Order: sequence, then structure tokens, then C-alpha cells
Amino acid sequence: MTAITTGVHAVAAHHEAHDDYAVQLRRNRLGLWLFFISEAFLFGGLLATRFYLWGDTRPELDQAIGLIVTSVLLLSSVSMRLAETAMEKGNRQLFSIFILLTAFLGLVFLGGVVIFEWGLIPALYQGHLTPWGDKYGAVVFAMTGMHALHVVSGIVFIFIVWNLARKGHFSPQRHWGVESCAIYWHYVDVVWIFFYPALYLIGNAVHLSH
Amino acid sequence: MQLTSLGLVRGIIGYFVGLVVGMAVVMISRLALGMSAWDQEAGWVGGIIFATIGFMLAVGSMTDWLKWTRGVETPFHHGPPVGKPAWTRYFSVDYNHKVIGIQYGVTGFLLLLIGGSFALVFRAELADSGISFLQPGTYNTFLSMHAWVALASILLGVGGMANYLVPLMIGAEDMAFPRLNAFAYWINVPAIITLMISMLFGWDSGWTAYPPLSLRGPVGYQMVFWAIFSIGLSSILGSLNLIVTMLTMRPKGMTLFRMPIFCWAILATSIIQLTATQLIGLAFLMLSFERTLGMPFFNPLYNALGENIGGQPLLFQHLFWFYSHPAVYVFVLPGLGIISELLPVFARKPLFGYRWIALSSLAIALVGFLVWGHHMFTSGYGEYLRVVFMISTLLVAVPTGVKFFSWLGTLWGGRLTFPTPMLFTLGAISVFLIGGLSGPILATAATDLFLHDSYFVVGHFHATIFGGFVFPFFAAIYYWYPKITGRMYNEMLGKIHFWLMTPGFWVMSLAQMTAGTMGMRRRIADYDPALGVEPVHMLITIAGFVIAFSILLMIYNLFTSAEVGALAGNNPWRSRSPEWQIPSPVPEHSYAQPIAVVGEPYDYGLAGSTYVAMAGAGDD
Ligand code: HEM
Ligand SMILES: [Cu+2]
Repeated sequence: MTAITTGVHAVAAHHEAHDDYAVQLRRNRLGLWLFFISEAFLFGGLLATRFYLWGDTRPELDQAIGLIVTSVLLLSSVSMRLAETAMEKGNRQLFSIFILLTAFLGLVFLGGVVIFEWGLIPALYQGHLTPWGDKYGAVVFAMTGMHALHVVSGIVFIFIVWNLARKGHFSPQRHWGVESCAIYWHYVDVVWIFFYPALYLIGNAVHLSH
Repeated sequence: MQLTSLGLVRGIIGYFVGLVVGMAVVMISRLALGMSAWDQEAGWVGGIIFATIGFMLAVGSMTDWLKWTRGVETPFHHGPPVGKPAWTRYFSVDYNHKVIGIQYGVTGFLLLLIGGSFALVFRAELADSGISFLQPGTYNTFLSMHAWVALASILLGVGGMANYLVPLMIGAEDMAFPRLNAFAYWINVPAIITLMISMLFGWDSGWTAYPPLSLRGPVGYQMVFWAIFSIGLSSILGSLNLIVTMLTMRPKGMTLFRMPIFCWAILATSIIQLTATQLIGLAFLMLSFERTLGMPFFNPLYNALGENIGGQPLLFQHLFWFYSHPAVYVFVLPGLGIISELLPVFARKPLFGYRWIALSSLAIALVGFLVWGHHMFTSGYGEYLRVVFMISTLLVAVPTGVKFFSWLGTLWGGRLTFPTPMLFTLGAISVFLIGGLSGPILATAATDLFLHDSYFVVGHFHATIFGGFVFPFFAAIYYWYPKITGRMYNEMLGKIHFWLMTPGFWVMSLAQMTAGTMGMRRRIADYDPALGVEPVHMLITIAGFVIAFSILLMIYNLFTSAEVGALAGNNPWRSRSPEWQIPSPVPEHSYAQPIAVVGEPYDYGLAGSTYVAMAGAGDD
């Protein structure tokens, strides 16, 4: 008799835990999307700044670099998607490979920004913009800097998730950590889709005399 | 008990350790880059960032999250901390929304007192013409600090009401993300410390921090920028949490249009806070970077050909007001929600036009995004913009008017009683009316060209903010005091508070507007007695001190009544709202059983109508 009741209880408790997870998942998803809406206003403010100060002009940026880093970032979104699919199918090894590949591509993107766009290591590449030089430098650094900050946090997020997965924390049914990391990564990519043309393509390139 | 077992004490230690570490990091990096070690702008920015992180780590607001990153589970602990007195939970990280609500509310009230006393200081200076004891620079610091401390107090006060009431009103056990809730409260505390430190250095532009002044003034500005940035982060995270809570945690039967009306006000407020706040964060961040690194966003910079290759000061005003106009609705919508919440209870009648009120809050919030330019009529932006912003601003009067008519409709033919919360509700309406009517006068570009930057504006926004926030906030404190403490406040003292503060306030704001029309400019330490405003200024100062005195009575009342007040019972106001159907003070888990909604919320006086069905309601 006792055994049976315990059994029933256990089943009920299990059900509850399952419902709890589903309920919390719904809240988490809504919360994350609200966060994105909020952040859209931050990035929107930067775009507004760009159009307010630059109008229909833009600085002379190295188009090759812009194209390369953008493609790298887009590729990283593909590999992130593959990582998430692997997790959904329960293939941990493939997951690890693709999520690390994503982080690697993210680092390449960052390197492109810091070394080439910013010219932070003059020995490797001589940048011609400075944050304090004029409105072009200021806005380029502000937009790429704010975006890079998000990429960095995304990479940190990836390493946390990778480590947790390694320790066996996720299952094909329950991997909110992976899911949120992936959506976040895609979101940061989408932001770049708006930033790239605003910085590199729209308007006439001008060469300023100082 | 050890002092360091209090989160607050650990947090403050963490703050100053972080400050030193942050400054050291900046100095070492500067040395490594071949620059002189100390630069006060960079040094303080680094210091403040690290200090804020230091506080948040030491207070324990991130402990659980850090464990999650390592895969450690963190089960929930309910109730007061083990082995410590119960009061200590208010000074440490606690996840219960009722505790967090009280933390917000009390901190907000404290800031109201601090901000108010700054005002008394510079009001004393203004009582007569000539400089008596505040030099202009110090005067400006007190004035500017008054504004931001008072605004912070409002944001925290709003947070207090929302965190305490929303989960109770929708019958939820807690907020959707309790840890985020605690984080969003605690980030305010290092911000307040930072804001206070700014006084040591001074800053003088008024709360709007317009460049170029804010780019040239003392380093106190950096502290303001980063303090407001943190408070903004709190707004964003707090409102995110509230939206998720209201959208996903309502009980069975509570459709959106059956939520208590205060929840609608908070929903509208949260939409503004979630989005617009980013813009002031960005604007202040840009000011900080322009000061620290010289990035020319706002200061013009001319090359040899005379072209401006730098920034534009007007850009700041756009970014700033894109937040700060909607922000005024953050200040008042919750208060207007309180008015709509309390009137039916004390009129014993249904709330007139529930749906209209609910939607008018949303409408005000959304239209509020389109009107920021009415603060810039004299800024020199394109003249055609004046017309656009004038029309959009006057549109806001429509949903605001809806609220007034609904309040009148609710009062009409009601069986009114006048305990202190009701008095403050009616006082709020009268004061908000003064403020509201002065709005369209300012929104008309032709009149604003004369009134801008005058004391008329000061009168306008004090009336709207007192009518929309301070009076309703006090009404809410008196009204929910029995629910929070289990005891009634002293009615006599409450009435004296009201009858001192309300006429005091009428006099103050009407006198401020009068001074403005007589030619008194705002934000100056001295004025020409030939304007004839001296008696008016004396009146404003006296009224200010009367208001301050009445608030001291309130504090005395709240403190003593917690000990000696009559026991309140579950529902002293005979309210239909769910939080009044459970014991006072509210138990740790609020509702013993999930509640269900079976009727309309405000059908007061209709025979046989029920709002919530509750297992075990009225048990005791
Ligand atoms: C809902 C409550 C309201 C609040 C809390 C509020 C608050 C404020 C504040 C704080 C300011 C001063 C900003 C500064 O420091 O320069 C202000 C200015 C102004 N308000 Fe309001 N306001 C409210 C309602 C209205 C309404 C209904 C209108 C018009 C229909 C209006 C029109 C204006 C205008 C045009 C100004 C700019 C005045 C100037 O600087 O020349 N306000 N308001
Ligand atoms: Cu406004």
C-alpha cells in the first residue's frame, strides 16, 4: 500500500517538475525577446546617431575587410544553428564541434574589427580612424564597439554553455541554455546586418581634411 | 551577529574595494600605454564601473547566477534567513517580491527626503534676492542633485508599488524572475552612492545635462552619467520582469481586461521603461566617452576649411528627450493607476469606463513617444518641427482627459467616505489638474517661446509630478499600510498631514507659475528684485517648508503606528481585490491556494457580484 502511494506521488511530482520546466521555459523565452526589443532601442539610437551626424556621407573604410568580417559572422550563425540542431538530436560531439566553431568564427570577427577596423595593432595594420579624430571615427568606434561588446559576451556565453554541455547538463528536450545562447548569437548577427550597410555602404564616401 | 552578514554592509565594502581596483587598473593601463598615470576622467570612470560590479558581487545579487554558469543548482530558500533576526532580510539579497517591494519603497522614500532637503536648502537661498549663503556653483549643484535624487526616488517608488502589488493583485506567488528582481533593486544602491559622491566635485547643468556645459564642467558629471546608467539598467530589467509576470502568471479567469487597473498602468509604464530607457543610457554613455576619450559626438569641431567635422549639441537633446519625455509618464501612470484603483473602493461604485482607462494608459504611453520635441521649441531645430510636435503633444491631452472624466464618473453619485487615502486621492486629482492644464499652454509653441526655461515650467512639472506621483504614492502608502504591517495608521495625524500638504502644494505650484509669468528664470541662484517676484519667492519657500513639515508628520505616524496602531484585520477597506482577502501582514507565500477570477474587478455595490473565488477565503 505504502509503496503504491509513494509511486503515485513520485509520478505526480515528476509531472509537476515537467510542467514547471515548460512554464518556466515560456517565461524565459518571453523575457529574452523583451530583452531584444529593449536592446533594439539601444542599437536604434546608435543608428540614429549615425544618420544624424553623417547624413548621406560615410567614411572611406576598407571594403574588403567589411565584406570579410560580415561573411564570417554570417557563417558563424550557420554553425550555431548546426550546433543547436545537433543538441536537439542528442549528438553531443557534433554539438561541441559546431559551438566551438561558432566561437572561433566570432573571435575571427572580433580580430577583424579590432586589428583592421580599429587599427589597434599598427604593426599588423595601419588604421586611419581614431575615436577622437572626427565624427566618422567617433561613430565608427561607437557602433562597432557596442556591437563588439555584444559579440564578446556572446563568446563568453558560448564557453559557459559548451562547458555545461561537456558536463552533461543538457538533454535533447531540455536545453534552454543552448537555445538562449543561440538566439542571442543570431540576434547579435542581425544587428550587424543593419550596422554593416550603415557604416560601409550607404552614402558617399568622403575624405576629410583635418 | 556580525555586521558583515548584512548584504548591504558587504556591498558597500565591495564598492570601495572595486573603486580602488578600478582606478588602479586604469592607472596601470595608462602607464602601459605610455601616458601619465592619473587622469581624473578615466580614473573615475574605471573606478565607478568596478565599484558597481564590486557592490553587486559582494552583496550577493549574482551568486546564484555565477553558480549556474558552473552547473550548480540553487534551490530556492523562502522565509527569513536562517539563524539571523527577521529584519536582516531587508538589508540583504532576498527573493521575495514583498521584501523587494518594501526595499524599493523605503529606499525611494529615503531619496525623497534627501532630494527634498536639497530643495529646502536652495529654496532658503531664493527666499530673498541677493546671494545669502549659497554661491552660484554650489547652488547649481544642489539644484541639479535635487532633480536627479528626486527622479531616482520616483523610479524607486514606482518600483516599490509595482513589485509589492502586481504579484499580489494577480494572485501570483512571486515575480517571473525573482533573482533578476533582486538584482534590479540592488543595482540602484551603488548608483545612489555614486550619485552622492558627485556632490564632492559638483556639477551645474540641471538634470538635463546638456552639452556643451556637461562636457566642460567638473568631474562630478561622470558620476551622474554612470549612476543614471545603472538606475536605467534597473528600470529595464525590472520592467521586463513585470511584463513577463503580468503576461504569463495571471490566474484562471483573469483576462487582461479583468486585471486590477493598477496592473494596466504598470504594463504601460513597463513598455516605456523597457524601451525608451536605452536612449538616455546611450546619451549619457556618449557624454561620458566624449569627456573621457574626446569622441566628438556633441561638441562641434572645425577643420581648417571651417567645416564642422565634429558632433552636434542638438543630437543630445533628441536622444535625451526621446527618453525623458516618455519618462514623465513613467512617473505618473502608476500614480494615476492608484487613483483609479482607490476611487471605486471609497465611492462604493464601479470604476467608470474600465476599458477606456486601461487603454488610455497604453495610448498615453504610445503617443508619448512622439512628442519629445516640445522640449526643444527654442533649441533652434527646424521650425516646421514646432508644428509637428505641438500637434502631437496636444493629442496627449485626449487620453489624459479620458482619465479625468472616468474619475468624475466614478465619484458621481457615489457613497463617499474620506479616510486619509481617499483624501490624498482627491488631492492628487486637484493637483494633477493644475499641472495638466498648464501643459497645453507650454505645448503651444507660441506661448512656450516666452515661458520656456522660466519658473512657469517649474510650476508645471511639480504639479504634474506631485499630482501624478507624490500624492498617489502617499495615498497608496496609507491605503496598503494595514496590509503591510497588519495595523492601522493614525487617522488624525493622516488628516493633518493632508490638510497641511495639499493647500501648501496649491500655493507652491501656483506661485511658481506666477513667478514664471513675471519673468523669473529657472536654475539661477539670484534674481533682480525689480521683477517684483520677491514676495512670491518668499511664499514658495514657506509653502515648501510646510510641505516638508507635513511629511515629517507622516513618517512619525508610520513609525509609531507600526507599534501601537489598532489591528487592521484582513480587509479594513472592504476592497474586492485579492490581496485584501488574505491575512495582514501577508504571509510568506501570499496565497495558500491558487485563486480564480469569476467576475469583474470593480463591481462595487452591485448585489451578488464576486471578483475572486478563493479556497479558504475568510477562514480566520
Ligand atoms: C502627465 C504628466 C506630466 C508630467 C509628469 C510632465 C512633466 C514635465 C517636466 C518634468 C517638464 C520639464 C522638463 C525640464 O526639466 O525642462 C515638462 C515640460 C513640459 N511639459 Fe509636461 N508633464 C506632464 C504633462 C504635460 C502635458 C499634458 C503637456 C501638454 C499637453 C505637457 C507639456 C509640456 C511642455 C510643452 C514642456 C516644455 C516646457 C519648456 O521647457 O518650455 N506636459 N513636463
Ligand atoms: Cu515632455
